[in-house]
Amino acid sequence: MAQSAISMDAPQEHQHDTFKLLGFWIFLVTDCIIFACLFAVYAVLRTHTDGDLTGRELFEVKGFTAETLILLASSFTSGLASLAMHKGSKKQLLGWLTVTVLLGLSFVGLEITEFAKMASEGARISTNAFLSSFFTLVGTHGLHVSFGLIWMIGVMVQIARFGIDSLTKEKVTIVGLYWHFLDVVWIFIFTVVYLLGVM
Amino acid sequence: MGEKAKGFFVTGDPLIYGADVSIIITLLGILVFLTYFKKWGWLWSEWLTTVDHKKIGIMYLVSSLLMLFRGGVDALLMRMQLAMPNTHFLQSQHYNEIFTTHGTIMILFMAMPFMFALFNIVIPLQIGARDVAYPFLNAMSFWLFFFGALLFNLSFVIGGSPDAGWLSYPPLSELAGSPGPGQNFYIWGIQISGIGSLATGINFLVTILKMRAPGMKLMQMPLFTWSVLSSCITIIFAFPVLTVTLALLFVDRFFGAHIFTAASGGNPMMYVNLIWMWGHPEVYIVVLPAFGIYSEIVSTFSKKKIFGYKSMVFSMIIISVLGYFTWVHHFFTMGAGADVNTFFAITTMAIGIPTGVKIFNWLFTMFRGRITMTQPMLWTLAFIPCFLVGGATGVMLAAAPADYQYHNSYFLIAHFHQTLIGGVVFGYLAGLYYWWPKMFGFKLNDRIGKWAFWTWNIGFYVCFMPQYALGFMGMTRRVYTYGWDMGWAPYNLVSTAGAFLMGIGFIFQVWQILYSIKHGERDLTGDPWNGRTLEWSIPSPAPHYNFAHLPAVRSDDSWWDMKKHRYGAAGQDEIKEYAPIHMPKNSGIPFLMSACWFVAGFGLTFEWIWLGIAGLAGIGICLLARSFQRNTDYYIPVDEIKRTEASIGRVV
Repeated sequence: MAQSAISMDAPQEHQHDTFKLLGFWIFLVTDCIIFACLFAVYAVLRTHTDGDLTGRELFEVKGFTAETLILLASSFTSGLASLAMHKGSKKQLLGWLTVTVLLGLSFVGLEITEFAKMASEGARISTNAFLSSFFTLVGTHGLHVSFGLIWMIGVMVQIARFGIDSLTKEKVTIVGLYWHFLDVVWIFIFTVVYLLGVM
Repeated sequence: MGEKAKGFFVTGDPLIYGADVSIIITLLGILVFLTYFKKWGWLWSEWLTTVDHKKIGIMYLVSSLLMLFRGGVDALLMRMQLAMPNTHFLQSQHYNEIFTTHGTIMILFMAMPFMFALFNIVIPLQIGARDVAYPFLNAMSFWLFFFGALLFNLSFVIGGSPDAGWLSYPPLSELAGSPGPGQNFYIWGIQISGIGSLATGINFLVTILKMRAPGMKLMQMPLFTWSVLSSCITIIFAFPVLTVTLALLFVDRFFGAHIFTAASGGNPMMYVNLIWMWGHPEVYIVVLPAFGIYSEIVSTFSKKKIFGYKSMVFSMIIISVLGYFTWVHHFFTMGAGADVNTFFAITTMAIGIPTGVKIFNWLFTMFRGRITMTQPMLWTLAFIPCFLVGGATGVMLAAAPADYQYHNSYFLIAHFHQTLIGGVVFGYLAGLYYWWPKMFGFKLNDRIGKWAFWTWNIGFYVCFMPQYALGFMGMTRRVYTYGWDMGWAPYNLVSTAGAFLMGIGFIFQVWQILYSIKHGERDLTGDPWNGRTLEWSIPSPAPHYNFAHLPAVRSDDSWWDMKKHRYGAAGQDEIKEYAPIHMPKNSGIPFLMSACWFVAGFGLTFEWIWLGIAGLAGIGICLLARSFQRNTDYYIPVDEIKRTEASIGRVV
């Protein structure tokens, strides 16, 4: 050990690249705990409807199935974007990211429509505890997706301006990780909130 | 809280008018000083934009000492109110506000930043690194804490302080119970600084895992580093829960939701569960680093390797895991049933085992050691019996059936102050005395320090021992006043006297610092205590880049080993060539972005939506601006390293 450890100044700084990815994974752990808490709150309160407006009456299978398929598709296209990046094709990368953003936008649009329709039927966040926890859980996911959209557009502008280099590569990887994570969270929302809700 | 809606500024209490005047005078004083001595540029480029962990640590330290003062004044005001029966020194509303802010400030704005100060100052030096893993994020964490604390403290003069207790249980903390902005100040003050704490947890975990000096294996790390590692793991698992809990409370208050309300299906006890899922790990978050500090100090001043290194590491990891499974012991009276209470009683008592292991290890380290009675050692020795009694009363409280008697009595108050002062504050103060020369290049005066030590310690026992008795006599926490017929008066009077003794101890410490700046013994060697770990191998204070050469570690207690066998930084190796050092550039974004958080938090507190949105937009712009920056680091050229090393008397 002693012999090999003479001058190690260089390796420490090259590792800086992997630091960011590791840190982001740990951040995802914390975000996972945030969603876990929201799911727990929802699980406790989903039957606390205070007499009216249950999930079975409110959730529309067509709407949430469409949202699910769109978000799953966007996760797939974001994967294709990262494949294009590794091939070094800036044009394809930007193309797939654009498709991802468009799919993400339509997901958020559908969710807003769904929320607005529920509100017009009298199902607001202040109606009962079940709806409070529903809007908080699904809304937090929606906010995450919206934030991810702005972020992804920011990364696209950088790729357009600076091309594919080590910095932008790292950014695409991290935003892609975030996007897949939101997809996984949505799978749980789809199952725990919507499927169990309409059953 | 009701009258708070009337005006933006808090009015009607002479104590608060006094505070208004002193705040304005202090602010004017600072402005005049900075302008007159033309220090604005210096302030901006040396401090507000710095990403240097040592400077960030010093800023954390100064803020936490200020908050210790504010929280301490709160404590003294409470003790004055309780000194005699039927006192009306404070209005009852004011009393509620003060016990709320005392608790919140002492845990979140005193203990946490004090801990982060020591993380920042010590960890990179102790593991032989030049900075933390994410220096920019580190600055971000500090400024988020700073502006969060500022927002929380502002409630005192603008809008009204929160008054629903330090953990703000609903339904009292809901809109119906607390309609004014005070509770929103609580939510946003803690939320903003909490995000910073979470980032620090991630930052130091990665720093310790990835940036250790070449050759330093995990099981060769100093025990303080291990304690920070276990504390950071706990932060990463606990703080997101706090974020969610506060956010949900705000959703209830802002959108009229019913998550924790007593009506429309809400469940207030869910808040209590959630907040303690953070709150209980939180006490281990703050006490684990204190354990690490004691280990360093005991070993250094007994001139011995720590006894039972591996068992020390394992017990810290066990504590940080077990600490996550004890939260219900804060409310055995919830009525969860015998089986649930039994589980949490057993986990709580089980934590006593690894803690006991640590106490024995410290004692065995001292056994047949060559002990020197320095100030850090004094505080460590005071800690052991104090924490032992605090732990024993904790086990008493953990017995669930008996807890129905003690619950929320002064017995509990005495217990947790004994662990938090005797364990955490004594530990951080010991750490402060121990690493002070490393931060500033001089030791703190011994004579004044001993006065501070004895007044603090005697004051502590005089203050809190009577409170155990008061608890048994039926005095519950948060009572505003009491009658002569209760028989509590003599004990309360003694307790108040003790609190003032501790206050005098703090004044001694301020005097000690001011005195030592001028007259303190200078540390020219960089190793004033004959230390054992790497931070003592470099000059005091450390140069900007910490280590001109990264040290090559061959064993635990690595600096001690280098001194004994004369290698590495301690001489004997052939002089190595310097290489340019890679460092992060300063940035103003952490300061500006946190200021935007402050604006957003202030807007949401008063429900001025436009201001909230403006603040959030500012945060977004700062994030994008940072994302577009490409040259965020630079190299220190070899010439400059040579010049710096020569100027601090090191062989070039």
